[in-house]
Amino acid sequence: MINSSLINSSLTQLSHMLASKQISSVEMTQSFLARIQQYNPTINAYIALDEEKTMAQAAAADARIAAGNAEPLTGIPFAQKDIFCAKGWKTTCGSKMLANFVAPYDAHVISQFDAAGAVNLGKTNMDEFAMGSSNETSYFGGVKNPWDFDRVPGGSSGGSAAAVAARLCAAATGTDTGGSIRQPASLCGFTGLKPTYGLVSRYGMIAFASSLDQAGPMAKSAEDCALMMNVMAGFDARDSTSLDRPKEDYTRGLNALSGDQPLKGLRIGLPKEYFAEGLDANVAKVVQDAIAEYRKLGAETVDISLPNSQLSIPVYYVLAPAEASSNLSRYDGVRYGHRAAEYDDLMDMYMKSRAEGFGAEVKRRILIGTYVLSAGYYDAYYLKAQQIRRLIAQDFTEAFKQCDIIMGPTAPSTAFKAGEKADDPVAMYLQDVYTIATNLAGLPGMSIPAGFAANSGDKTLPVGLQIIGNYFDEARMLDVAHAYQLTTDWHTQMPAGLE
Amino acid sequence: MALNIEDIKRIAHLARIEINEQEAASTLTKLSGILGLIEQMQAVNTEGIVPMSHSQDLAQRLREDVVTEVNQRETFQAIAPMTEHGLYLVPKVIE
Repeated sequence: MINSSLINSSLTQLSHMLASKQISSVEMTQSFLARIQQYNPTINAYIALDEEKTMAQAAAADARIAAGNAEPLTGIPFAQKDIFCAKGWKTTCGSKMLANFVAPYDAHVISQFDAAGAVNLGKTNMDEFAMGSSNETSYFGGVKNPWDFDRVPGGSSGGSAAAVAARLCAAATGTDTGGSIRQPASLCGFTGLKPTYGLVSRYGMIAFASSLDQAGPMAKSAEDCALMMNVMAGFDARDSTSLDRPKEDYTRGLNALSGDQPLKGLRIGLPKEYFAEGLDANVAKVVQDAIAEYRKLGAETVDISLPNSQLSIPVYYVLAPAEASSNLSRYDGVRYGHRAAEYDDLMDMYMKSRAEGFGAEVKRRILIGTYVLSAGYYDAYYLKAQQIRRLIAQDFTEAFKQCDIIMGPTAPSTAFKAGEKADDPVAMYLQDVYTIATNLAGLPGMSIPAGFAANSGDKTLPVGLQIIGNYFDEARMLDVAHAYQLTTDWHTQMPAGLE
Repeated sequence: MALNIEDIKRIAHLARIEINEQEAASTLTKLSGILGLIEQMQAVNTEGIVPMSHSQDLAQRLREDVVTEVNQRETFQAIAPMTEHGLYLVPKVIE
């Protein structure tokens, strides 16, 4: 088994290798752990590794395969974002506050992967409490973009993103509150899907903004994402917003695509607001070329408008901090998490523990949230934001009367340099200008590699095409992405020097 | 609405986050920038629009009133900063 074919194989191919005994899960897992040993000291994608636990899962998977009880993901090694509690694993959410927190239970997503017989390679780096778009707010340091080590991988799921792009795992999980799966997928050149809000249980997923947070797959292809969705999605009574719907097979349409024009009849909506000022010209060109390819595949394009989309960032930066300030009030230094070494009384203990345990961006968001929820301001900020949230959702409802799917850029630019926006929160927030509206509306969105664009340096960097679907239309989105990946090879490319 | 340094200290106190003078000053600059961004909302007429708290307008589920959790005190207290005889220890609040 040569390493390069292993690391570039699809989940289906890896599953076949395991089923046909070309390789064991123990050997496959060891190969990935060896790559992690080699590259992680530079890339910093993983922040918790536990070889003993990982290898025990691999050995159990081999036994299951031998017994003939394997499922599609049995024995395949995955990376898990450090936002998911995993029993016995250090689970930090990228924060000093939880630097010594060993989770006493499993998140629903983790249990689902465990039940499928998947192997957990380790926990991946992320912006602190998922608040960031560059992974630079992590207490455990930034993550290098595998395409250019001077640049950020995006965020908040930056560690999972770098792990997928550098092939330090077969695939990874992420979470997306305002773009945290899709923007890093765009900046690191792979496929990521944020499902419809409520499809994947938030149980055991450390809360940031509960009405927006949603977990999803980050992988090399749409086909891989579909297989992961089959494991991740599903009703869970332990999440009060989990949707009780029949189980779906997200791979069901992938093999039905046929002929020269497999997407004939598909209407793609192009929101004019997503191609306006603020979009890098080189990125726009790549996105337009991808859309031209879709026309060749039989799709037709329709000009649409999402007139309130420019309000999505202001609305998000009221709602998300408000929910965060409430969710993060649980970190009081009493039951778990960081407690200051010295304090005078109970109030002083709270104040010092929280001042020491949270980083600058998390504090900013807690303060914004506290302010907009404070007496006298609720109507002007929180209520107003919730009203505009409905207008933003209604824009999509109107748009989907004219089209089946929406396409545009995922992020306004390619990966930026580390430090470039770290001191300017507002500039950083604009990274999510095209992704936030789908979180507010609760719609599914994905990003697929669409090519490379030149930047200020001498390298070209990955560009993502965003695909937004109607509620519960993930299977169609995956088909549409898969059709493109059958005729293009952007998604198979990997960074030089990491082979 | 423009914030001043006293507002920042008041908000930080409400949020139970200790903040010194220097932090308060740099926080003021950054929070003012973010509030400037948020202020764009005020130009929108939202009269009569029902606030949206959740993308799917669902009713809260109810469950049977039965015990579903088991006692895991030792497991949970193993990760606590300070405990004694099965209790969480905090500074004295009642004299």
